[in-house]
Amino acid sequence: MNLIGENITYKPDDQFHLNDVSFNFKKGNLYTILGRTLSGKTTFLKTIAGLLNPDSGNLSFENNDFIKIPVWERNVAMVYQQFINYPHLNVYENIIFPLKQRKISKDQIKKDVEEALKTVGLVGFENRKIQELSGGQQQRVALARSLAKKAKILLLDEPLVNLDYKLREQLREEFKRIFTQGLSEDTILIYSTTDPQEVMELNGEVIVLDEGKVLQKGPAKEIFENPRTLKVAEISNDPPMNILKGTKSSEKLSFENILINSPSHFKNLSDQGYNFGIRASEIKLDDQGEEFEIELAEISGSETLLHLKKGDSKVIALIEEVMNFKIHEKVKIKFNENKLYAFDQNEELVSSPYGVSYG
Amino acid sequence: MEKLYKFLKYTFIILWTVFIVAPFLWAISTSFKDFQSVNSKVTYIPWLDFEPTLEGWRVLVKSPARGGVDIVEPYFNSLFVTCTASLISIVLGTLAAYALSRFTFKAGFVRNNDITFFFISQRIMPPIVLSIPFFIFLSTIGLLDSLIGLVVVYIVLLMPIAVWIMVDFFNRVPKELDETALIDGCNPYQAFYKVVLPNSIPGLIVAGMFCIIFGWIDFFFAFILTFTEVQLLPVKVVALNSSITPWWSLSASALISVAPLIIVAFVVERYLSKGNLSGALK
Repeated sequence: MNLIGENITYKPDDQFHLNDVSFNFKKGNLYTILGRTLSGKTTFLKTIAGLLNPDSGNLSFENNDFIKIPVWERNVAMVYQQFINYPHLNVYENIIFPLKQRKISKDQIKKDVEEALKTVGLVGFENRKIQELSGGQQQRVALARSLAKKAKILLLDEPLVNLDYKLREQLREEFKRIFTQGLSEDTILIYSTTDPQEVMELNGEVIVLDEGKVLQKGPAKEIFENPRTLKVAEISNDPPMNILKGTKSSEKLSFENILINSPSHFKNLSDQGYNFGIRASEIKLDDQGEEFEIELAEISGSETLLHLKKGDSKVIALIEEVMNFKIHEKVKIKFNENKLYAFDQNEELVSSPYGVSYG
Repeated sequence: MEKLYKFLKYTFIILWTVFIVAPFLWAISTSFKDFQSVNSKVTYIPWLDFEPTLEGWRVLVKSPARGGVDIVEPYFNSLFVTCTASLISIVLGTLAAYALSRFTFKAGFVRNNDITFFFISQRIMPPIVLSIPFFIFLSTIGLLDSLIGLVVVYIVLLMPIAVWIMVDFFNRVPKELDETALIDGCNPYQAFYKVVLPNSIPGLIVAGMFCIIFGWIDFFFAFILTFTEVQLLPVKVVALNSSITPWWSLSASALISVAPLIIVAFVVERYLSKGNLSGALK
């Protein structure tokens, strides 16, 4: 009864858009596809919707071969990152469009639309033209159309990416509410995004996609705590996790002439070269620390992002207050060694502060 | 500065209006004149300057047997040929353009762009190049000097315009709109006529306008491909001319020839200025 994909590959030109992707999606669950732009997220969703046919692999839903069913009979819903509505119809007509296609009774349509409008907070906008709405409202209409349809598979392709910061925050909150309350047990919800924070907040099952390949699958918490490879660590953190090439020797870690104590979770690691990973938020300003040169200081909201450099190594530090720095100024920073990750020479995770330790 | 700008703006508008309207005023007044009033001295105002007469207009509807040049039949012939050919060109051209915009065609080295260019290339040659093939083609299938034959020829001439304009238009309609329609339960045909077509009205109007104008004003093919059975308006109007130029009936025929285009322009203007069509799609 699940949505099952097996070894799906799609390669329209000399590059893989999907490379041997397999999954098993259960009803009533939320799945997020995390990946950078051009990682194959949209292709993934379009394949499930039926807009693209994979070159090889199987896709089945409720024990039916999904690939043989054309798009218009699949009963899926999709919200695009561009605000796609029918410009020649008003808000109400937009939302009932898919319902009319499926020849649902008038009373039922009326009820479904009212419910959907209430869920997205657009009651009273029924007779507005689409062009009169703001971007956020247009995206709400698209979402309402998808919800009213009560499709068994709901696909959202970076629905917030084209909105401005404030609206994104607000709509993200509402999405969380809608996904936890407004969805039936029958629905599979698949949400794609480039934003790790969105993934963590939605807190569903995560699939990390890169160059069409699945790098890691698992609950959001697990992806965050134990990214299996260096690439996953980069994709699933914003700013990307800092990577420092160094070596472990007995109880010390060294990189760029910096020597720090090896944390306790590294004790099983053999003495050799590693890629050490540390999140930007685990680097703090400290007078006792190591001296780095400031390359760039960005202030965003109530935080300051410091791009720092020492030798060949570059790190980004996230300071949780607004501070003014001069470029090329020297600052001293300290790494929180208890939150260090270690990846081996094949860029695979060997030790994390949250338990994994392959030694 | 503001005042100067306003002054210049209105001066320009007034000059331009005079430039556009003057020939019409001239034609209207001339159509009511007789030989005397045209050829003696410069006259403008009826009853004061000259005695108005309906002779110029009467000639146009009188049968040749009674000394007139009957343009009523050519007028309706022209209307029929132009409207039929434009309608068929728009329907076929729009379908072709949608296919060229949305589907990928491969035949040897030929791709979508090559097919689009093939359509447009029909209009690149000077028309005279096409005249002999058209003549031979129509005489072979026995449609020379007939309305159907003219409609066929005009479809060949007008469809490239429709394809050209509509391909460009459809390319600017996001593909995601069709995809959303498919996801919402439309099959590809329903997606086309329920979603894409209603959002393509501005393009259809522009394409239709061009087809009607180019069809209506064509003299060359109407002249070459017809003899006695069927005549089109532009040919007949030119035939009005004789050793003594009949300025009065020429003016009258010019006015009624241009009338349909003016009506089209007003209808289109009203429709386009509704505003809900422009900017509907990003």
